[in-house]
Amino acid sequence: MTFLDKLQNNRNALGVLFMLPATVLLVLFLTYPLGLGVWLGFTDTKVGRDGVWIGLENYEYLWGDAVTRLALFNTLFYTFVASVFKFVLGLWLALLLNRNIRFKTFFRAVILLPYIVPTALSAIAFWWIYDAQFSIISWMLVKMGLIDRYIDFLGEPWNARLSVIAANIWRGVPFVAITLLAGLQTISPSYYEASAIDGATRWQQFRFVTLPLLTPIIAVVMTFSVLFTFTDFQLIYVITRGGPLNATHLMATLSFQRAISGGALGEGAAISIAMVPFLLAAIMFSYFGLQRRAWQQGGQDK
Amino acid sequence: MSSSTVATPSPQAGDSVGMSYLDTPARKFVTIYLPLIVFLIVLLFPFYWMAITSVKPDGELLSRTGNPFWVIAPTLAHFDKLLFRTAYPEWMWNTVFVSVVATAFSLAASVFAAYAIERLRFRGSKHVGLSIFLAYLVPPSILFIPLAAVVFKLGLFDTRWALILTYPTFLIPFCTWLLMGYFRSIPFELEECALIDGATRWQILTKIVLPLAVPGLISAGIFAFTLSWNEFIYALTFISSSEIKTLPVGVVTELVEGDVYHWGPLMAGALLGSLPVAFIYSFFVEYYVSGLTGSVKE
Repeated sequence: MTFLDKLQNNRNALGVLFMLPATVLLVLFLTYPLGLGVWLGFTDTKVGRDGVWIGLENYEYLWGDAVTRLALFNTLFYTFVASVFKFVLGLWLALLLNRNIRFKTFFRAVILLPYIVPTALSAIAFWWIYDAQFSIISWMLVKMGLIDRYIDFLGEPWNARLSVIAANIWRGVPFVAITLLAGLQTISPSYYEASAIDGATRWQQFRFVTLPLLTPIIAVVMTFSVLFTFTDFQLIYVITRGGPLNATHLMATLSFQRAISGGALGEGAAISIAMVPFLLAAIMFSYFGLQRRAWQQGGQDK
Repeated sequence: MSSSTVATPSPQAGDSVGMSYLDTPARKFVTIYLPLIVFLIVLLFPFYWMAITSVKPDGELLSRTGNPFWVIAPTLAHFDKLLFRTAYPEWMWNTVFVSVVATAFSLAASVFAAYAIERLRFRGSKHVGLSIFLAYLVPPSILFIPLAAVVFKLGLFDTRWALILTYPTFLIPFCTWLLMGYFRSIPFELEECALIDGATRWQILTKIVLPLAVPGLISAGIFAFTLSWNEFIYALTFISSSEIKTLPVGVVTELVEGDVYHWGPLMAGALLGSLPVAFIYSFFVEYYVSGLTGSVKE
């Protein structure tokens, strides 16, 4: 038996060999940078200058920094509002698409477009739609007689926050809708027939059949949605760059501004690392959501 | 829930409410088609706006009279400027090159990894599978600062290789996770038969598993290509020379000159940059959807 034959029959050796390309790449460009990021957060590294260990100084500074606090508030507000809307609108859209309708394939295909095109490019379109002087939304509202002055979408803090949230919802709804639609299609029609015979109304069917059976997939989809919304960067960077007066800065855009534009790598890394606890909370939420599924389908609690 | 059932739902399961024949056409229109049309208009309007702006002459763009939804004298001037007086074609080429190479590389690495985790079941494969899933959840926006330091130390800063080597950090976890699901759906018996007949693991992988997993490979490939095409934050951070920028970054950073926004060329750039992914997507909608739904399933 040659060495090659032996290798072919040893699952452990072959497994390690097969894992090698993926592992090397992920360790070098994912695990190591993750650790490096934690370390950088405890140093005063600048671009082009190695830093020294300064303990929690970055975090202490950031905790007292008004802009960082504002960015944290913005991120939480942005994530919460956008996720609620994405969930409600996405579920509604999924329920509509799950009905017996004409051109179903067409609708389903076209609705995903906002999700698949580059976000940076669709964000430019939103930037133009929100333009202070030529906004098409303002134009329509003026023509309808609802307002008499053009809205300054991106110049006022709250207007700007709500505008970028609207753009984020626009981008995120298709993802939620299509994945929930896939979940809806796994629900057997016999449940609906049985509940209809028992005299359940449409609302009762939704409340007591659809929603409980859909809960596990909702948990997963919303975890992903929260994860990507919380760490969003592109939309803000393109539409407002964090302005006006830092009113739309998210943690991700602020860390970019401090670390790459400002050169304070250590401080920027600390902002990134400060996002991790929130992300872990989201992942835990998903984990328990998945456990609930096993329990609901008569499986063992893990 | 296997991915194939997600991609092609059975016709009876599609009609979830078995009593829809009780709806009057008018009621159906108000409760279903009307909201659906509103959704469609809102979701597609930015694309329409991109397209119509990209063919509007500057005079019409900046005039306050007339109907902004339509164009009276369409022009290709913005496209002309974009294609012949900016580095746009180079950005397009960079994006194609980086996306294709990163996708091919990630797909190859993922096939081996997924097969090893799902079928070789080597010692510790379950833990490796879980860590792949966790790697998939690491967002680029918390990774880009230390990654920039790594890229710099390796001397890759401001080269295409910086992107080709870092994109797999989100492509490999995604593709591996997706392919694991596909490999799981291939019956074990096929491999057992092949093993008894004396096939090696390599032969099993190339002659039995891969041909059966072609839909999965297409899903993973399409999805990985789109993810690389749309990537923004790494390309923004690791590249500074105009001629090797990717398309989204080039449009955002180079086409905006000072306070004067050239909306025509900007919209033309956004439109042209979106078309390739939309085009590929239109051919592979089913694969894309099954990739999307497969990526969030357990």
